[in-house]
Amino acid sequence: MSATLTVEPTAVTPTPTAPGSARRHTLRHAFVLAKRSLIKTWRTPEQLIDVTVQPIIFLLLFVYVFGGAFASGSRHEYLEYLLPGLLGQGIAMGSVALGQNLNADIEKGVFDRFRSLPIARSAPLVGAVFADFFRYLILCVMFVGFGYVIGFRIGTNPVAMLAAIAISIAFALCFCWISVFIGMKARSSGAVQGIMFLLVLPLSFGSSTFVPVGTMPGWLQAFAKVNPISQLVGVVRGLMVDGPVASHLLWTGVWMAGLLVVFVPLAMRAYRRRV
Amino acid sequence: MTTSGRTNYAFEAEGLTKRFGKTQALAGIDLAATTGTVLGVLGPNGAGKTTAVRILATLLRADAGTARVGGFDVVKDAEQVRRTIGLTGQYASVDEDLTGIQNLVMIGQLLDLSPRDARARAKDLLAWFDLSDAAGRPAKTYSGGMRRRLDLAASLVGRPAVIFLDEPTTGLDPAKREDMWDVIRNLVDDGATVLLTTQYLEEADALADEISVIDHGRVIAHDTPYGLKRIVGGQRLSVRPTDPAHLDTLGRLLAEMTGEAPEADGRDRLTVKVDNDDILPVAVSRLHAAGIRVDELSLHLPSLDEVFFTLTGARTDSSKEDAA
Repeated sequence: MSATLTVEPTAVTPTPTAPGSARRHTLRHAFVLAKRSLIKTWRTPEQLIDVTVQPIIFLLLFVYVFGGAFASGSRHEYLEYLLPGLLGQGIAMGSVALGQNLNADIEKGVFDRFRSLPIARSAPLVGAVFADFFRYLILCVMFVGFGYVIGFRIGTNPVAMLAAIAISIAFALCFCWISVFIGMKARSSGAVQGIMFLLVLPLSFGSSTFVPVGTMPGWLQAFAKVNPISQLVGVVRGLMVDGPVASHLLWTGVWMAGLLVVFVPLAMRAYRRRV
Repeated sequence: MTTSGRTNYAFEAEGLTKRFGKTQALAGIDLAATTGTVLGVLGPNGAGKTTAVRILATLLRADAGTARVGGFDVVKDAEQVRRTIGLTGQYASVDEDLTGIQNLVMIGQLLDLSPRDARARAKDLLAWFDLSDAAGRPAKTYSGGMRRRLDLAASLVGRPAVIFLDEPTTGLDPAKREDMWDVIRNLVDDGATVLLTTQYLEEADALADEISVIDHGRVIAHDTPYGLKRIVGGQRLSVRPTDPAHLDTLGRLLAEMTGEAPEADGRDRLTVKVDNDDILPVAVSRLHAAGIRVDELSLHLPSLDEVFFTLTGARTDSSKEDAA
């Protein structure tokens, strides 16, 4: 090893930063860390199974196994009904991996490194959420694309369909903070999966994803109607197939804001406390 | 560089305490090093070395006590402290899925270097640490020594003035250990201040200007390597006879030569304190004359266990398991 490197001490003069510029730094740091997550996904593409193959298998199972029995026997009709619903479920399930990965990451030394750097404490978490954007984008494109192959057709127009996808991804980026929070709290990444499924399964099945809410008993209808997945599915169904959008859109927006307001601070606090 | 107004310490910790549940990891510890020196923190597993480093590196908050790095308080001015330090943990803290160069470029960009500068800095460091050939490989394919070097490189990206090295050579083979020592010496030559934790007196002796020996979260001795060796006695002579039946004769012989009582370690080996290395040729000829064949004859600095025995009269906790 040659000793040609000079390690001149860094000037430690405080660099006062305006709040706005600090926020810009944090955003840039978050993008650098998002790139890290994307490189990791690129190296192990099987991490994308839950947003590619898995929802497609769900679609095939439900359309061809149950489709004949539901929706008065018309498989095509059921496909039109089911696809927007399964997109909602896919987003909820796709968020589980984020918490699992963060939980596994934090046990390794690299998060100590991040914490010893002069970057915002939130940057690693925000970066991971940014990287998840691409997972949800892949989910939407693959899933709707495959739906087309087996006969799904939009009943509206391409712009409405793109809007449905954009809203789905935006919702996903809010919903996934639950997973980040559980990822910070749970003691193992297996536990993250267990806890998240306890949440995701009732939310996605107890909604308008698979069958109309009107067929459920009254107490379940109450749950299914306020359920954020039902609201999102309502928006997607309205924008892709047909049906009312405005009220669902309003409630989806309320849920998104609520999820952020509650779970971003909770996740940040849990991260800070985690040694 | 200028540090706090009152002292020229690059870092100083006073009365740090930290409790994890029922374990008192730190029980009021003081550590300090002047700018441009190496402080060796010597202690067994569980003595509190890593906890102290994590507090100084702003990863953990002490229950009581204060710590300043580069004149900045680790709690109140944590951000400034983070701009001053580089941290290399006991467990290599690099991202195993990223390549060597990706790891270093990422750190550079997080330290606000432009992508181009981050890349140039990464290449310099990789070259310096003999990792250029492996730059494009994921870190998980690296050997233990390569990973340690990459980890150290990652902590140097920001040209830190104060570097914390938490057991940087644990688990490395002796040749790799000496490579790491050279790197650390170069850092200090370039003006950095280093806190080095270690379980080896030999390592602290080779690198440190001053040594703090810690046990159960307290400093039990603080001195220069020379001073510490005067307290614990300099070198040790260890002899293991081929035939264990010779142990008694050997013990008498060693006592005669050194005037010290030899100690058995339970593995048919006798160890005795010696004043200087002149004893070695004498020992060889006396053993030969007495017809005692040996499997092992070595002169070495006291082990951590021997240091502790001398300082506290008790063995280290870990020695009970290792029977070292």
